[in-house]
Amino acid sequence: MKDAKVIELEEVAIRFSGDSGDGMQLTGTLFSDTSALLGNDISTFPDYPSEIRAPQGTVGGVSGFQVQFGKKKITTPGDLAHVLVAMNPAAIKANAAFMNPGGTIIFDVDSFSEKNFEKAQFKTNDPFAELKLEDFVKIPVPITSMTKESLKDLELDNKSVLRCKNMFALGLICWMFDRPLDYIEGFIQKKFGKKPVIAEANLKVLHDGYNYGMNIQQATPQYIVHPAPIEKGIYRNVNGNLATGWGFIAAAEKAGLDLFIGSYPITPATDVLQALAERKDLGVKSFQAEDEIAGICTTIGAAFAGHLAVTSTSGPGFALKSEALGLSVMAELPIVVVNVQRGGPSTGLPTKTEQSDLLQTLYGRNGESPLVVIAASTPSDCFYYAYLSAKIALERMVPVVLLTDGFLGNGSEPWRVPTMDELPSITPRTATNPELFKPYLRDPETLAREWAVPGMEGYEHRIGGLEKNAAGAVSHDPENHHINTEIRAAKVDKVVDMIPELELDGEPEGDLLVVGWGGTYGHMISSVRVMQEAGKKVSLAHFNYIKPLPKNTAEVFSKFKKIVVCELNLGQFASYLRDKVPGLHYYQVNKMKGLPFSVHELVENFEKILEA
Amino acid sequence: MTKFNYTAKDFKSAAEVRWCPGCGDYAIMNAVQKTMADMDIDHKDFAVISGIGCSSRFPYYMSTYGFHTIHGRATAIASGVKSANPDLTVWVITGDGDSLAIGGNHFIHLVRRNIDLNLILFNNKIYGLTKGQYSPTSDRGIITKTSPFGTIEDSFVPGQLVLGSRGTFFARSIDNNVKHTQEVLADAAQHKGTSVVEVLQNCVIFNDGIHDFVSDPKFRSERQLFLKKGQPMIFGDQEDKGLILENGRLKVAKIGENGITREDILVHDPEEDNLGLQVALINMSLPEFPVAMGVIRSVEAPVYDQEMKKQIENVQAKRRITCMDELLQSGNTWTVDGENCSEPVKFFNNKCFE
Repeated sequence: MKDAKVIELEEVAIRFSGDSGDGMQLTGTLFSDTSALLGNDISTFPDYPSEIRAPQGTVGGVSGFQVQFGKKKITTPGDLAHVLVAMNPAAIKANAAFMNPGGTIIFDVDSFSEKNFEKAQFKTNDPFAELKLEDFVKIPVPITSMTKESLKDLELDNKSVLRCKNMFALGLICWMFDRPLDYIEGFIQKKFGKKPVIAEANLKVLHDGYNYGMNIQQATPQYIVHPAPIEKGIYRNVNGNLATGWGFIAAAEKAGLDLFIGSYPITPATDVLQALAERKDLGVKSFQAEDEIAGICTTIGAAFAGHLAVTSTSGPGFALKSEALGLSVMAELPIVVVNVQRGGPSTGLPTKTEQSDLLQTLYGRNGESPLVVIAASTPSDCFYYAYLSAKIALERMVPVVLLTDGFLGNGSEPWRVPTMDELPSITPRTATNPELFKPYLRDPETLAREWAVPGMEGYEHRIGGLEKNAAGAVSHDPENHHINTEIRAAKVDKVVDMIPELELDGEPEGDLLVVGWGGTYGHMISSVRVMQEAGKKVSLAHFNYIKPLPKNTAEVFSKFKKIVVCELNLGQFASYLRDKVPGLHYYQVNKMKGLPFSVHELVENFEKILEA
Repeated sequence: MTKFNYTAKDFKSAAEVRWCPGCGDYAIMNAVQKTMADMDIDHKDFAVISGIGCSSRFPYYMSTYGFHTIHGRATAIASGVKSANPDLTVWVITGDGDSLAIGGNHFIHLVRRNIDLNLILFNNKIYGLTKGQYSPTSDRGIITKTSPFGTIEDSFVPGQLVLGSRGTFFARSIDNNVKHTQEVLADAAQHKGTSVVEVLQNCVIFNDGIHDFVSDPKFRSERQLFLKKGQPMIFGDQEDKGLILENGRLKVAKIGENGITREDILVHDPEEDNLGLQVALINMSLPEFPVAMGVIRSVEAPVYDQEMKKQIENVQAKRRITCMDELLQSGNTWTVDGENCSEPVKFFNNKCFE
């Protein structure tokens, strides 16, 4: 029985932090999975440097993983951590600003050396005073020496011993939050199945960390977080990139097509390609191309040949794909391009999140080049928006860009998995009558052309990047080009019939309408709820459908006294709205720090705007 | 006995052909159409993919499936077409600018992967569609609109690039020799893997006569060496000259002089895996050597699109997950079924999704 100080909480955010080689991402992931298995709702946020191994002990080399879990619906990884696990002084420095006042800092006291203080650029030997963290609960744990002591009887080299440090921290945290170790044990046994000594070492250190917590319980608070009441069903933990990949597999299966992904590795989108490359069992054809351009070009080729064809990338790669994306607009082939946005311009902040590719996506091609733009808003709904992107592409013969971001792609949450029969049907526009077929003959309702692919008898035709007439012949006729330009735009606009109307979180009218789009949803809804609970007349309109916008957008907007558009860029969606829903004043909240919004800063901004 | 009895005409589209009168492209297209007819493969299974340039208008003049894409990317797009459906017979039509300048990266990677495509490289050593700028195959010093004082760079030798990219098939022909071009294309079509055929093509407007010295029919047998598998490499009006190796280098020898007999002449082996002699043949140029024509290299190697298919079949033979529902419920999942839990709600519950 435990008789330590027990704290019961609705939700807790923990941040694991250390050198990028300390295994913090794994530690955080294992803890998150364990919490999700216990029935907590969770939301995670990995925050790591773009260098694989930045200089040890420096602030630049700190890798962090934050998880928030709780007994109610968790929509963000938490602005500020309640508990920080810091493997060295640099980790404390890097995370001081992200701590809840009065929170708990568990740190490896063995790492407090002159050398490490110097590397982290502390001026004194008291990092806590220097960072003004005096009011925090500080728990020094000799993690390094305890790990060494724990493993002294195993014949392991020093490097392998030190690699087990993270398990000591994980064991300790599991005790503090009353998590069972069985899931983690299973993981270790599987991962190191071929290296029994390493498995044994990790397991031993994990248990010693857990027991250490029990033994020093006088000093360590213990937290209890009850399971969340959620929908019945089968759950799994999923990150946005995996969910995106799986959404495409589901769409291909539903449409009765093979899935092709032509892609090139790029942070933070690579996991989409990897998730699909893994699924040869479901017939996925993955083609790792020589560059971003070949990624989309092989995709276009596969679409021409009759596959559900997708490509994944991030900002710089998306820029390289622009010309070919224009070809898919002109050739009217059904492809989906996923852009897992990151900080830009240029190489920018490869591992950090941002929403600054919106205007590039909408307008970044030569000519009048309209396409459908959809944005996912949580890690798990990436599955559904990928699915829907494929459905729209295949049923309307139009390229679709799915915007996610680094925060969604790498962040994870528990997900009630659907069954295939919960998903809407997908009916590709496959041509049915060779007598009547013309490449650019359109459905009068949707303006979508038909899809006839090589191998289908009697439909032989030519398409390409040059302007064509309805019969498919090259045409430089001025009238034809003008009409076709309008048709291509109208075809995208007509997709509005396939998407739901804009729904609000909150009352349909009020003092302030908070507008967001894509990956900021968790923070947006949390901050709007804070306002609503304080009695403010604030509602949230969060957009997943960017182009076309939901039909009722202007009507919804008209019911509010003030509108504020929040996004992780300098106002791209706001300027798009000024164009599409003109005549209104749009306030803006913008952030360009490579980080998600915090609930706190959003609330602060909303209050200011309400007072203005 | 053929199955389809096609003629070249069956591969011509109704579109008006708009190459300049006298352009070498006409002859090459005739050779391609004849070759396709002879292949005796179902018309619906042909796909012709091109990039940008004069030659890339080619698909419009064919009655097969065709895709006129963007500059330099025909190779990448065709790679996607063939990987998606290996049952198709895919032809790539490209030029020296399209495939060796803007599309150089895709070109070498296509060849390296050995995707089963037939690529015809129309080499006129100039940019025609943009009206006369030098290309990556233009000779050093050439004066064009963008090199008014002569170029200061060396050209690619396409065959070198193909062999350097681990190419499995390379052949060369000239536009004005339709019969030979057809023979070469037939061999290319038979080849399993990427077959690259460089056709020396004349641009009558911007680079007229660039290949004349080589192609002049009057001197054909003196200036061109027609390679045939298993045959000695002999040329000349009198069939009196041949290639020998001397101190590791190729040399033209006169049969009957210095004790050289027909037996001393090198025998062509396009299936030899060692590149050495094939590269030397590719590099031969006038006036010291005749220009090598025909299939210079043709070796077997794993074919990408077939390997992709095989890999999927192998994985599927042993698979535990056979459909999406099984994937969704595989691995680390847990069931939530508590008293305070609500019934699941479909994500797509709006009526517009019905």
